[in-house]
Amino acid sequence: MSAANSSATSTAPAPLRSRGAGALPYILSLPALLVCVGILIPFLTAVFYSLERYNLAFPQARKFIWFGNYVKLAYSSEFWRTVEVSLLYTVFTVGFELLIGLGIALLLWRRSFVTNLLNVLLILPLMVAPAIASLMWKLMTNANFGVLSYIVTVLGFPNFRWATSPSSALFTVVLVDIWVYTPFIAILLLAGLRGLPRQPFEAAELDGVPQTFVFFRILLPMLLPYVLTATLFRMLDSIQQFDIIYAMTQGGPGDTLMVFQIQSYLQAFTFTNIGRSSAILMVLWAITYVLSKYFMSTWTRLRERAHGLA
Amino acid sequence: MKSASFSPVRGILMLIVAVFFLFPLIWIVLMSFETNGDILRSPPRLFFSPTLHNYVSLILGKLGGGVGTMTVDYMRNMMNSVILSVCSVVVSLILGVPAAYAFARFKFRGGEDMAFTLLSFRFAPPLLVLLPLLRYFQVIGLYDTYFGLVWVYQLITLPLVLWIVRGYFEDVSEDIELAYRLDGHSWLATFFKIAIPLARPGIAAAALLAFIYAWNNFIFALILGSSSVQPVTVGALAFITASGIEYGQIAAALVLSVIPTLVLAIFTQRYLVEGLSLGAIKG
Repeated sequence: MSAANSSATSTAPAPLRSRGAGALPYILSLPALLVCVGILIPFLTAVFYSLERYNLAFPQARKFIWFGNYVKLAYSSEFWRTVEVSLLYTVFTVGFELLIGLGIALLLWRRSFVTNLLNVLLILPLMVAPAIASLMWKLMTNANFGVLSYIVTVLGFPNFRWATSPSSALFTVVLVDIWVYTPFIAILLLAGLRGLPRQPFEAAELDGVPQTFVFFRILLPMLLPYVLTATLFRMLDSIQQFDIIYAMTQGGPGDTLMVFQIQSYLQAFTFTNIGRSSAILMVLWAITYVLSKYFMSTWTRLRERAHGLA
Repeated sequence: MKSASFSPVRGILMLIVAVFFLFPLIWIVLMSFETNGDILRSPPRLFFSPTLHNYVSLILGKLGGGVGTMTVDYMRNMMNSVILSVCSVVVSLILGVPAAYAFARFKFRGGEDMAFTLLSFRFAPPLLVLLPLLRYFQVIGLYDTYFGLVWVYQLITLPLVLWIVRGYFEDVSEDIELAYRLDGHSWLATFFKIAIPLARPGIAAAALLAFIYAWNNFIFALILGSSSVQPVTVGALAFITASGIEYGQIAAALVLSVIPTLVLAIFTQRYLVEGLSLGAIKG
């Protein structure tokens, strides 16, 4: 009976499907495939560059040197400085954004006029281009008239020089990143929170379960897929941050903010060293590849749940 | 969650959140209506006589205060942003919507791999492809052209359109389409008369979000174009370097550059969660 049923359901739409399942999907997705190929070509070229001694200033010296660039990187303190700064930037931005974002999501959980309004207003920083946001903060921290410079002076720190001083430059760009992207995490986690079933929380309240237990044993585990997706999303962007830092200080003062993409930009466009620049980017690509593999598996699970495919 | 009564701690926390995230925008808008004299006054004050001078000189392209005037064509950057963003979105919709339909409706060999490959581009370091592309573009004459930039912008807009619209097609029951097909309509008619109208909210949301991402992009045009095709994000940085101390005009330039996306954000907010998570979370 069940076999007859299933064969009936599978044969009924068959004429329609078989016509479609031939060449049609390939024709429809052909442009997307071409875009894929169009990107894979420059990608493979970059892989090749990274294996070459290739400096635009010395075109005659161009030569295939296998992993020479990578070996040089491994022995270069400048490169390890780049790794260090990138990791610090990523850990600080993602860490703070996650904590503050979770706090905001919890704060706005219960629907009311005020929380709905805040929810809308929170979108605004996220819609500002990161490069433009950085320039806005650059004006706010300007030593002559910036309102933040004025505030820190009033608070008794007249020598706090924001992005122009090596000791506070990282703090400043992390602050800009937090301003732009915390709403991203807050909005995603809030959507996650509001999608959670109510029963476990009502039951816990009826039983008089302590709030900390509810938070750590019920809320966080249920919210974990959302937290994980938001975190990985942000990590992937953060480790490659370019716009905010470039607009603020172009990597300075000194080598304070030389993250991966800023360092490779400098190698390519100031020192015309394409080989070294590409090798740095390949290292960054390897990191993002591992992260994005992990990201896509959690993301797929969430997506199936959202679209009721699971 | 616990009690419905208003707690002062929550109120204060919400106020802090509102101030931190909105104050920079408000300050920059106020600054754009001030003269340089008002801006440089210390302590900064909230009340001043507003002037439109900064916007007027920006729009006329004649900048400068006491020392002399110079011409910076910031409006050209604005126009470039409009051209690049609109064209990128249109191209992404034309390429992405049929592909999204294919990925949602047919399980075909290599389909899922292609969709994921496109998604993974969203997370690869852009400079990695931009350096070789710069060399290629210079050779084939695409450097510093709208065409070349729109093509590269597909890196950000196409995965967005593809994955969001795909989610909407998956949510629409296939039975409606099959019923229409059984009435003797062609596949093409079904696609345009049934599938696309039903997924319209998703297509609209994807288009608006893709526009915002394209508008906010910085690095593509920084590397693959000169000032003649560069959008406001790059233009604003060059503008600061060029105009030096005309702070009011800088603020006005920044305000002009964010207005389009802030306005669109208000229309997209219903779909924002789904768009930001590339369809992983329903808003």
